[in-house]
Amino acid sequence: MDLKFSNAEPFADERDAVDRLLGAGDGGWHGGQRDEEDHRRAHSGHAARSQRHLVMEALHAVNDRVGWISPGALNYIGRRLSVAPADVYSVATFYALFSTNVRPKRIVHVCTDIACMARGSKEICAGLEKQLGPASATNGWKHSPCLGVCERAPAAMAVEAGDPPHEHLIGPATVDEIVLALNEGPAALAAEAPPVMAVPQAGQEGLMLLKRVGQVDPESIDDYLTTNGYAGLRRAFDMSPGEVISEVKESRLMGRGGAAFPAGVKWESTAKQPATPRYLVCNADESEPGTFKDRAILEGDPFALIESMTIAGYGIGAERGYIYLRGEYPRAYRMLRNAIEKARERGFLGADILGKGWSFELEIRRGAGAYICGEETAIFNSIEGYRGEPRSKPPFPFEAGLFGKPTVVNNVETLCNVPLIMQMGGAEYARIGTEGSTGPKLFCVSGNLVLPGVYEVPFGATLGDILKLAGGVPEGRKLQAVLLGGAAGGFVRADELDIPLTFEGARANNTTLGSGVVLAFDDTVDLPGILLRIARFFRDESCGQCVPCRVGTVRQEEALLRIAHNRHDAASKGRDVGILRDVGLAMKDSSICGLGQAAWNAVESAIDRLGVLRESR
Amino acid sequence: MNIHYPGGPAVTPVKQITIVIDGEEVSVPEGSTILTACNAAGKDIPTLCYGDTLTPKNACRVCMVELKGSRVLVPSCSRKVQPDMVVMTDTDRVRHSRRLVLELLDSSVDLSTTPRIPEWKERYNVDSDRYGKRASESLTRDVHDPGEHHAGNGDVAATMCQPIKIDNDLYVRDYSKCILCYKCVDACGTQWQNSFAIQIAGRGFDSQISTEFAAELPESACVFCGNCVEVCPTGALSFKSEHDMRVAGTWDESQQTETTTVCTYCGVGCNLNLHVQDNQIVKVTSPHDHSVGHGNLCIKGRFGFQHVQNRKEDGGS
Ligand SMILES: Cc1cc2nc3c(=O)[nH]c(=O)nc-3n(C[C@H](O)[C@H](O)[C@H](O)COP(=O)(O)O)c2cc1C
Ligand code: SF4
Ligand code: SF4
Ligand code: SF4
Ligand code: FES
Repeated sequence: MDLKFSNAEPFADERDAVDRLLGAGDGGWHGGQRDEEDHRRAHSGHAARSQRHLVMEALHAVNDRVGWISPGALNYIGRRLSVAPADVYSVATFYALFSTNVRPKRIVHVCTDIACMARGSKEICAGLEKQLGPASATNGWKHSPCLGVCERAPAAMAVEAGDPPHEHLIGPATVDEIVLALNEGPAALAAEAPPVMAVPQAGQEGLMLLKRVGQVDPESIDDYLTTNGYAGLRRAFDMSPGEVISEVKESRLMGRGGAAFPAGVKWESTAKQPATPRYLVCNADESEPGTFKDRAILEGDPFALIESMTIAGYGIGAERGYIYLRGEYPRAYRMLRNAIEKARERGFLGADILGKGWSFELEIRRGAGAYICGEETAIFNSIEGYRGEPRSKPPFPFEAGLFGKPTVVNNVETLCNVPLIMQMGGAEYARIGTEGSTGPKLFCVSGNLVLPGVYEVPFGATLGDILKLAGGVPEGRKLQAVLLGGAAGGFVRADELDIPLTFEGARANNTTLGSGVVLAFDDTVDLPGILLRIARFFRDESCGQCVPCRVGTVRQEEALLRIAHNRHDAASKGRDVGILRDVGLAMKDSSICGLGQAAWNAVESAIDRLGVLRESR
Repeated sequence: MNIHYPGGPAVTPVKQITIVIDGEEVSVPEGSTILTACNAAGKDIPTLCYGDTLTPKNACRVCMVELKGSRVLVPSCSRKVQPDMVVMTDTDRVRHSRRLVLELLDSSVDLSTTPRIPEWKERYNVDSDRYGKRASESLTRDVHDPGEHHAGNGDVAATMCQPIKIDNDLYVRDYSKCILCYKCVDACGTQWQNSFAIQIAGRGFDSQISTEFAAELPESACVFCGNCVEVCPTGALSFKSEHDMRVAGTWDESQQTETTTVCTYCGVGCNLNLHVQDNQIVKVTSPHDHSVGHGNLCIKGRFGFQHVQNRKEDGGS
């Protein structure tokens, strides 16, 4: 390949950041002295090109060090990895956490998404505008979609580029703290709330998925081992891979990431593929607004995921697994890195695990601010170093997934059920919950409730039960509506608390569990404002690949904006609701992926179920 | 991931697959798309992002059809036929979806030079004015802030409208007319040219076809093969000669003839279609079904025609 670069050169710290990731380059184009021969072209072979999958990590390295990606840094990444500068640019400009425009080293991302809106993010933004000027990178603060810290809403993430960079999730955030983070850096902030703060039930008897959160040191593999850690893997190793899959099938474990697909079936069809290598991808992108359950596990019990993935890898015959972690989870990143390192030291990862003669490696890949990368094929493109655009299906991941090979993608929570299944046996596990929804389930309970947090219950609890666990709405307020399943889910009314939160119960009631979001809004919340925020979210997060979603999400937001501004003109409101329905149906029918297909769900349910914006209102 | 367009003749005879389209049985070779089957059955399916020399990207979604058993509509241009598929090409759902895709495009993109748009607008009752007044030219579409946008009050419908890019003498880029079909990107990348000069930058509605940091073409990796112009379905990319004539009001396709000849610059043997108006070559295309180039040329064949029409009186030799 013959690539052409401009003359822009990297600054020393940009070069250093990339070299630390990739090792020092050799030859003129790879960081050494350039001579006449090199001129303006880089010549490199297949070895360099096959490093394309490092593009995201290289962009992170530069962005984390200096705060943005200059033309020189972009060229340097392209030269080191044999990727055209236009290609690197196209990747860099896809992700919200990367900037190709110069900006300060310190930025605070202030969550303005629905859970935080219900708990005062507007007031925070108003205060910041007064002190710092309007939201913009140059003023040091930006609006952010859901940061996955909804239990501590309103939330913010302070970032300071440097060596090392500092990242800090703040919640509940105040104007003063955000200003402090900007003036003195995130290091000046009080320590982050410990992981256990996300789990009000921590320490209670009978928890299965959350049993270790707050009870063990998440950085200690010894703590993990003394609390039954790796018992699941040992049990799995007593079985053949086929038997492991049989147990998972028998457990009737359904995916917890949103699509509710039976995990055992997915594993089996992947394991049956003749092509190798096969891959395992853990979806830890967790960006659906209102979702934060995976974070509780990743921060509070990271070894559980490592063990779970090792079992899954063994079952499907994968030798490598990837954890795709959203870029906004700094503590989860630290915990996972530590857990992988410790597990490798003790022989639970790497070559010949526990003397079984089977090897397994795990790598973490960080996202960089793109909800769409949680889509099961967009995640492949992102890991491979491309824009996070979903692929068209078929082929499905089990046939041709990551690097074109058979791949299993599972959510964090889904995977963390696997050690339980190994220990109890699939049949016994299947006795927990209901016929169509087996096992324990995590719910992300947030909004206007006394005790928001991640709650674990055996499948079968009703919406009312869950709200009661979280203490209900505060004294003196009235429940207005509940959003189930996140922005891609749907609203239900305050008088529908009997809905069983099982897959079949949600389906029978024409709603969805999605990723387990239960977001309660009391009577102080402006629901049309929430709808506008949801529309804005989809418009911002659409990858832009297909017309129904790329333009449809724009038209949806515009129609909602018009309705918000002419609330009293019934005729124009009717026309705009008509546009919403027309556009919504086309998005649902003709978008490439689930983002576009679900982008109108919440608005539709608000109109039809809650009566918000109803034509006659 | 791009898969190279498989050129060359098929070697082994392939199995025929029979599917049902609008109630009638149609047989096509295994591996064909639903679109191929629809064409064989005489259906006129609109397409925009589909290109006969490129791997289907199925991005525009105007070719959607209903497939029995499928929760959503499927893109006919890319979905392969399977035995016993039952396809419907003109149901209410299909018509609604096509109408909306055309409305969404027409309300945001200048489709004035996209072939067949008026016909399709009529066929599908397109009313793109209902989305409101179109937003005027934006000067910031080349600055990317993914995940953020300025939301107005819904008074104007967002558009692709932006200044035209004229940074060289050979071809112009008028991205106000761009439907983001990715064909130019695929032609410039691994599917044909391997120059990687252009890619899609930004995200969502703010995406743009772009070089790195929106550098001008002569500063970029572009080798001016014009193979992107060849595949562009909208006229967003066009010969400078065509652009100048359109501006002058002299462009008139009804007065043009097309002559196929062989490029004389080298021995490869690419075929050229010379488009001639008033005894002047006004642009050069290349036949897509030709086994040598599949519609692709290099800068010489594509743009090196001026010397054959320099006249004595213009000071030429
Ligand atoms: C736009 C979009 C975003 C998604 N984001 C996530 C996510 O952040 N985490 C996740 O586990 N699944 C997400 N999913 C669902 C995945 O596509 C996929 O179904 C899931 O990871 C499969 O794992 P499971 O079977 O264990 O649930 C998303 C889907 C779509 C369409
Ligand atoms: S539906 Fe939206 S997010 Fe999905 S591929 Fe299409 S444009 Fe991208
Ligand atoms: S003219 Fe050729 S090299 Fe230049 S952008 Fe178009 S396809 Fe790429
Ligand atoms: S410039 Fe033309 S070929 Fe390229 S994406 Fe736009 S419409 Fe398609
Ligand atoms: S022509 Fe099929 S999706 Fe564009």
